[in-house]
Amino acid sequence: MSLGTTPNAGKVVIIDTSCANLSSLKFGIERLGYAVEVSDKADVIQSADKVFLPGVGAAGAAMEIINDKGIPQIVRELKQPVLGICLGMQLMTEFSAEGNVDCLGLIPGTVNPIQAENLRLPHMGWNTLSVISDHPLFDGITKDDYFYFVHSLCVAPSNYTLAQCDYGQAFSASLCNGNFMGVQFHPERSGKSGARVIQNFLEMKA
Amino acid sequence: MLARRIIPCLDVKDGKVVKGVKFRNHEIIGDIVPLAEKYSEMGADELVFYDITASSDSRVVDKSWVSRIAEKIDIPFCVAGGIKTIEDARIILEMGADKISINSPALANPELITELNRRFGQQCVVVGIDSFFNKETQRYEVYQFTGDEKRTQKTNWTTFDWIKKVQQMGAGEIVLNCMNQDGVRQGYDIEQLKLARAACKVPLIASGGAGAIEHFIDVFQQADVDGALAASVFHKSIIQMEELKNVLINNKVEIRPC
Repeated sequence: MSLGTTPNAGKVVIIDTSCANLSSLKFGIERLGYAVEVSDKADVIQSADKVFLPGVGAAGAAMEIINDKGIPQIVRELKQPVLGICLGMQLMTEFSAEGNVDCLGLIPGTVNPIQAENLRLPHMGWNTLSVISDHPLFDGITKDDYFYFVHSLCVAPSNYTLAQCDYGQAFSASLCNGNFMGVQFHPERSGKSGARVIQNFLEMKA
Repeated sequence: MLARRIIPCLDVKDGKVVKGVKFRNHEIIGDIVPLAEKYSEMGADELVFYDITASSDSRVVDKSWVSRIAEKIDIPFCVAGGIKTIEDARIILEMGADKISINSPALANPELITELNRRFGQQCVVVGIDSFFNKETQRYEVYQFTGDEKRTQKTNWTTFDWIKKVQQMGAGEIVLNCMNQDGVRQGYDIEQLKLARAACKVPLIASGGAGAIEHFIDVFQQADVDGALAASVFHKSIIQMEELKNVLINNKVEIRPC
């Protein structure tokens, strides 16, 4: 069995976006018993059965790193399930107001500051989902499940929204366009509920 | 709805979890990783690890325990102590910490807050503030190097001016440690936290003084803080996490159940 291969999930790869939460995501996947490889190499990413696109920090800086590595071309051509996490999900959309930067354009939508009126920002902490679609990614997840969010920008709900969260405004807690999926929360830091979402993704039929 | 957070704090010294009274007389509580796992499984919403020796000793101590924690727990955690540069922060975040908290180094160089914000994002930049109510001047004053009694010193900042300043510089969260209350379990400093809340638009975490479940109810209901940090009540099993959370839920505080 080669590195990054597990029987029921196939080969799992985290795209090396040089961002800070790579290891916590890797540990989160490994805790579920799956092997995972971190890579920015085209052939490794292309040969994966499941791909994670992690991200934290500012969109402008992250897109610069991703562009330098030639990752946009690789990701756009992927046909297997891809899960963007936090900033990774935001980067899957078309444009981010954070740094006014063009994103990957994998999922229609734009990223804008949360309109939270008198609430504190960033939206930081455990929150529930107000709308959950019938989709394999959210299998077994209910409105009683809490997920850990940390962000100041968000994607407004649209036809591509899989799950919705409310904080001052309604926003997309999860997006999906075909094989491209994303979650605004950190499943690797969301206890058992988050672990379930990661597991759902890994066990999803391609 | 966004839940209020219960945050056990583990003071770390020489790789062990310790607890002192009013920052003094540190006694060893136990090993870091098993305690982190225990609190995570009990239903803690987040953990903070303060390496209390680091800043005072002007060195960055061995932080390999950070990745050992990140491997084991599935809730967010923050590491504080001795982070003076972008590089210090990068290493800790890459080991799997979700946030880094700076205190004395921010006082020495407030620009550091901005630099950390630009490089890693606002969400992971926490500023810890040690605040002492001076009865003579009737003012809340900011202290630094509180990890070492011999080096602890008052700064020129008043607490609420410093709270405003760190937000301007780009802090994503503030932990306000009320030194008069620390370790004595007589309740959070509600008056001070109310004043801090009024000056704080980012998440505010109360620290210092938790001794009973009612103290948590008070700090959430009266001071409207986003999280409450506590150490000895959890380490000494004075408060059980599940009971604490159930009582808070019964008191209409938004809480993630255990």
